Amino acid sequence: MSISLKNIGKSYGAVKALSNISFDVKQGELFGLIGPDGAGKTTLFRILTTLLFPDNGEAKVSGYDIIRDFKDIRSHVGYMPGRFSLYQDLTVEENLNFFATIFGTTIAENYDLIKDIYEHIEPFKDRRAGKLSGGMKQKLALSCALIHKPRVLFLDEPTTGVDPVSRKELWEMLKRLQQKGITILVSTAYMDEASLCDRIALIQDGTILKIDRPQVIIDTFPSKIYNVKADSTYRLLQDLALYPDTHSVYPFGEYSHFTSADPDFKPSDLMRFLQEKQHSGIEVSETPATIEDAFMELSKASELIDN
Amino acid sequence: MKNDPAIHVENLTKMFGDFTAVNSISFQVGKGEVFGFLGANGAGKTTAMKMLIGISKPTSGQARVAGFNVRTHAEEVKNSIGYMSQKFSLYNDLTIKENIVFFGGIYGLPKSVLKEKTQALVDELGLHDHADALVRSLPLGWKQKVAFSVALLHNPKIIFLDEPTGGVDPITRRQFWEMIYREASKGVTIFVTTHYMDEAEYCDRVSIMVEGNIEALDTPNKLKERYQVGSMNEVFLKLARNIE
Amino acid sequence: MKRFRGFVIKEFYHIFRDKRTLVILFGMPIVQILLFGYAVTNEINNVDLAILDKSKDAETQKIIHDIAASKYFKISDILEDEGQIEAIFKKGKVKAVLVFAPNFDKDLITNGSAGVQIVTDATEPNVANSVSNYLSSILQKYQTDINKAITIPYQIVPETKMYYNPELKSVFMFVPGIMTVILMLVSAIMTSISITREKEMGTMEILLVSPLKPHQVILGKVFPYVFLAIINAIVILALGFFVFKMPVQGSYFLLALESILFIFSALSLGILISTISETQQTAMMTSLMGLMLPTILLSGFIFPISSMPVALQVISNIIPAKWFIILIKGILLKGVGIVVLWKETVVLLFMILLFIGVSIKKYKIRLE
Repeated sequence: MSISLKNIGKSYGAVKALSNISFDVKQGELFGLIGPDGAGKTTLFRILTTLLFPDNGEAKVSGYDIIRDFKDIRSHVGYMPGRFSLYQDLTVEENLNFFATIFGTTIAENYDLIKDIYEHIEPFKDRRAGKLSGGMKQKLALSCALIHKPRVLFLDEPTTGVDPVSRKELWEMLKRLQQKGITILVSTAYMDEASLCDRIALIQDGTILKIDRPQVIIDTFPSKIYNVKADSTYRLLQDLALYPDTHSVYPFGEYSHFTSADPDFKPSDLMRFLQEKQHSGIEVSETPATIEDAFMELSKASELIDN
Repeated sequence: MKNDPAIHVENLTKMFGDFTAVNSISFQVGKGEVFGFLGANGAGKTTAMKMLIGISKPTSGQARVAGFNVRTHAEEVKNSIGYMSQKFSLYNDLTIKENIVFFGGIYGLPKSVLKEKTQALVDELGLHDHADALVRSLPLGWKQKVAFSVALLHNPKIIFLDEPTGGVDPITRRQFWEMIYREASKGVTIFVTTHYMDEAEYCDRVSIMVEGNIEALDTPNKLKERYQVGSMNEVFLKLARNIE
Repeated sequence: MKRFRGFVIKEFYHIFRDKRTLVILFGMPIVQILLFGYAVTNEINNVDLAILDKSKDAETQKIIHDIAASKYFKISDILEDEGQIEAIFKKGKVKAVLVFAPNFDKDLITNGSAGVQIVTDATEPNVANSVSNYLSSILQKYQTDINKAITIPYQIVPETKMYYNPELKSVFMFVPGIMTVILMLVSAIMTSISITREKEMGTMEILLVSPLKPHQVILGKVFPYVFLAIINAIVILALGFFVFKMPVQGSYFLLALESILFIFSALSLGILISTISETQQTAMMTSLMGLMLPTILLSGFIFPISSMPVALQVISNIIPAKWFIILIKGILLKGVGIVVLWKETVVLLFMILLFIGVSIKKYKIRLE
């Protein structure tokens, strides 16, 4: 196992940031930690990169214990924190050079590993890092995190605040790094990025809701989901909530996702109900579940247990 | 003037020296519409929005917001709009109540109205236990919901939202969109700037800005049909790629 | 070693790219020295004086003439009666009024004593004091002159000699003082800010998750500022030496050594502050309130320690600047060596060890 956690817990005063987190990431796996802001993702990253002590539990990264062997971990992992953490007043090349030096290596030595990524920003190597666009900053940060050939790469929300084109490029880069045998743990608040990971852990309020391959999570969604649409979205949402068999209703882009508590639910019944409520432009059709549907269903279930 | 669109923009341009940040854009947003204003960082959407909310003067072109010319009546524009952004919306070191009183006070709401509105807001969001808690201690999703309600305190005709739900958990996020739809159904116009494409899916119509120009403007559905893709994200990728 | 070098190079990039701070860093000592040297002084020059002469005789005319001839005073008004004194002070230009009693010469000759009064505007006590002293001494001199012919049987005439600063130049006091303040500023404030900036920007997180050792980070941060501080010290001493003719009576070597010692004590304080502050703002406030104010007020730079209340005298002992000012004045003005100054040197050394020790204990290799 490249990363393994057992019952990791952490509190800040009275606030429980993480409770009993356990999972394993295999060598060369691209593992996603998916959850909203405040779910505990950053705390977990900091524990695994030896920046924080857990209150309880144990964890190993690349075979090293996060408490006992923290020095070994520090020289074998690459870490890209959530916010841009490079020197804004240094140029692209100076930043890269600096990180190569402090890890006791040179750019030339590991150039083949970062070549793919660094090529994009090399034309701007004399530009100050602070003057780069969001996408280029991410590429520089990733190059810096890779310059010492880490075995494990930790990326905390690398796509937050990055435009869709750069986001796509970043995921393509991660896929290529994975092929080179690097284990990658990446966190994100974007549910649509889940499908790009080998396996994901859905996390909320410091608890893991589920761990599996994204397709399995989608396939095992417990009920059928219907796309419902009508001309007045707000009234539609209100009325769907009043429908007797409603299990859940969520706005979902231009549609609303509707699930029924009744296993024998017929879309035509719902159509009729909405017609009676004077809706126009009604559409009801079955739609495949998404990771976001799964997340909401799981988080609803866990709240029920809590209460 | 009753059928005037909420926002009417004609050949709006902003130059910084030789650099054209916004290049003669034109569009209209209807009353009660949820309008998505999309673009990558640096595409010019922030500059365009600053002109619409009356804090930046256009180099050329016209814009009328809530019936007022942004060039000549910036103060009236500011009084008829609400603004909320992901980066700053509430003071973290004030309580929810204090924030409400402060922001209500800025718009000159009388004390009695403010008291009533505070109560209504706390009731609606179910925040009874937290009204006197520092905003800092609230989860992000709650903060955003409170911030939205605060932006509505002075009954603005148009509300500008800057990446309102990035990073918010999925359920709270949907509650947030329900609030937006509720306001739209009352006739409030919603103007959302964002580069989160999944946020775009919720809008009635979206415009996509690339390098200072509006490259596309339609309903999300029609855009997806036109580019034969399944999501706004892919629409955006196609558009950005064409330009490159 | 290569890692350390890489780190130091990076620090120099930071310093040289922040042009504004650099200008302040090197401009400030020069401006301050010149300001203190030329503008801030206890000596008086061309002070506006008014005369109320109720006698108007030959003697008073002579005295007035003597005063007008001195470079210290300028007679700008002649008053007619006492009522005008306050009015003229309220206008603000005239700082003192010299009042001669009626029948000044007659009294002087017949009674052997005559009435003269010095009235000063004491809103600026230092000026008032100086003005009154200078006027008194002019009158004194006049008296001595007219008494020359007569021998007074018993007379004590004290002869004053000012050692080490015979002309009582205030710049001799300011140069060591400013040097102390500037070195404290460069060393302590700049290092503490530069370390906390890494915390604030999030780069500290990456440095922690790297094989760099804590002492490498700290030494790497400190080294460039030692260099800058030494340059500053040289600039200040050179200005004092060439522009204000400040002597260096003692050994240059000892001067350099003690300066470096003081720089290290300030740096170690800077490191200490950065280990307890999370943001640049706190580091800045802590340095200003905790270091700069005591350095200026309690070190003996401006206010003599011997005239402070006992409590403050005790507190002044924990301020490195106090010891450094004693050292540097000793070397520059008195020309004494380590034989005399060993005690102060040991105190500074001890302080450095203490601050570094506490810093190492407090330095966090993690984020909590």
